[in-house]
Amino acid sequence: MPLHVCVVGSGPAGFYVAKKLLKRFDFARVDILERLPAPFGLVRSGVAPDHPETKVVINQFSRTAEDERCRFFGNVCLGTDVSLEELRKIYHVVVLAYGAESDHRLGIPGEDLEGVFSARQFVWWYNGHPDGKDLPINLNNVETAVVLGQGNVALDVARILLRSPSELSSTDIAEHAVKALRTSRIRKVYVVGRRGPVQAACTAKELREILGLKGVEIVINEADLQTTDCDLEELQSSRIHKRVFDLFCKSATFTKCAGRDKQLQFVFFRAPVSLLAAEDGIHVRGVHLQKTRLEGNNPRKLVGTGEFEELDCGLVLKSIGYKSLPVPDLPFDHKKGVVPNYFGRVRSSDATNETERGLYVAGWLKRGPTGIIGTNEVCAQEVVTSIEEDVNRAVVSNLKEVPGSVGLESILSEKNKRYITFEGWERLNETEMEKGAVKGKPREKIVGIDEALAIGLAKEKE
Amino acid sequence: MWRRAFGQAHGFRRVRRDWISQPDGQRSSAISTAVLMRSKAEANGKEDKETIEVTFITKEGDRKTIRVPVGMSMLEAAHENDIELEGACEGSLACSTCHVIVKDEKFYRMLKEPSDEENDMLDLAFGLTETSRLGCQVIAKPELNGMELALPAATRNFAVDGHVPKPH
Repeated sequence: MPLHVCVVGSGPAGFYVAKKLLKRFDFARVDILERLPAPFGLVRSGVAPDHPETKVVINQFSRTAEDERCRFFGNVCLGTDVSLEELRKIYHVVVLAYGAESDHRLGIPGEDLEGVFSARQFVWWYNGHPDGKDLPINLNNVETAVVLGQGNVALDVARILLRSPSELSSTDIAEHAVKALRTSRIRKVYVVGRRGPVQAACTAKELREILGLKGVEIVINEADLQTTDCDLEELQSSRIHKRVFDLFCKSATFTKCAGRDKQLQFVFFRAPVSLLAAEDGIHVRGVHLQKTRLEGNNPRKLVGTGEFEELDCGLVLKSIGYKSLPVPDLPFDHKKGVVPNYFGRVRSSDATNETERGLYVAGWLKRGPTGIIGTNEVCAQEVVTSIEEDVNRAVVSNLKEVPGSVGLESILSEKNKRYITFEGWERLNETEMEKGAVKGKPREKIVGIDEALAIGLAKEKE
Repeated sequence: MWRRAFGQAHGFRRVRRDWISQPDGQRSSAISTAVLMRSKAEANGKEDKETIEVTFITKEGDRKTIRVPVGMSMLEAAHENDIELEGACEGSLACSTCHVIVKDEKFYRMLKEPSDEENDMLDLAFGLTETSRLGCQVIAKPELNGMELALPAATRNFAVDGHVPKPH
């Protein structure tokens, strides 16, 4: 008897789970749901355009989707098109892997001024995500941008703002973004962290790349590179932080070169207090910061010093972390922004040890918005092992007949909801590559939902 | 294991792939190169200096000994022999999923020093050890004959010892 599984979300989390399920159970049938026309989640809409090697994993995911026991359902949204309750009735196992599509808020005054965006929104904008194309991003009247946060996403957005548009124009960056970047007047980007270079969340590859960016002068205050004994302990226990700190140190000693008309400045030990409005009261014109200090030991505490500073800017990008969104009938930890779980089994609530039969989470929805693409392979292993244990103990039983794909098709057809198959995606994929080839790009992403659907849903050629 | 040609779907720069022509005019990938080399050596019946012996130890602890042609990466060798070594970026130093642990320090020391780029990826590898390398960067050479490579064992990430959750 087939084990009918539904995976919600077609990013790395969803695809690694699907791949491992198909391998673990030769009687598994896996349906992958995706609310967008195109699959692959953050591999397509998160990884920066100038990092094409990181997207190669798509080849592997495509092979999974092409497996005869796997079906892709694009343009199907959990909550709107089918409810969690309905999915749990028609599948033996449901794995939610829909990631984190919202942001942590700073919770400070001025956060909603114009010219203030989350890094996630900006990334969606330059990566041609359908939900990002209408962002009111205006780079023509802005000379300085402030990025809050010092993780890899912060470095991505800073790098895209500073990299020469001619270099970007041969990538898969969205057309509207490279157009805006060509007329951008931004010459200075601050990347601001509440703590020091020892605690910076970015990793060596990304830092090395941005420190070597052509035409960009790097500014680091040498005083920020002083370390305390606590810092040295932290560095000794973390290879990642040690190598990142070494890069910051090396960079601070570079001599200034001529011919660099842009500047990237790393600002440490500054916490945002408020975002300041221009005279019109509508647009952001600066960031009000408090100097900070790390105190104590194990755990170290971040405290304000009572001294303040301002940075003038016309664009603020908040890169302080993504956050998952809840759906009805799903236990959710609103504080952490994840679904409470034991090794991927969804817990019925924070307060109980009971778990929801046949319901699992994977990826950022399970672990929080950290890690790289490869982290999901390990995460998927854990979830699939839980599923296997539950199948072996008959907590989940494929002896009970459920309709699976057929049931989903019936629900969707009742709502007149058309879905994109993987073949439909491949048609969309070919179209994007053809459009890109004309411009010397690997692809020209089709950003409008209607256009994407028209191609993806077109009748298959005989 | 059929592999889609790198570069077709996404127009990226091609990973090195040795295409050879078969007698019947069909083209095949480097997978066939290695098979031809091995069967050629076996057919000649002499000591094969062109391959080395490498043992992979899987996540479950199973041992699999294979022959790897000199010049081939461990990642490619694993894939040709159905060893479950992930290679998300297909050898372009953009991930850490082909992480292997060299069991004997003597072999680890014989390897060429990792580049900055490889070290950057090793930073992120799950279960990193003192003798960890990326499988795509370990290239077979005669001195490595007999090398053992372990795949990092996955461990459960949430420590809820002994607890068996009750299904709802």
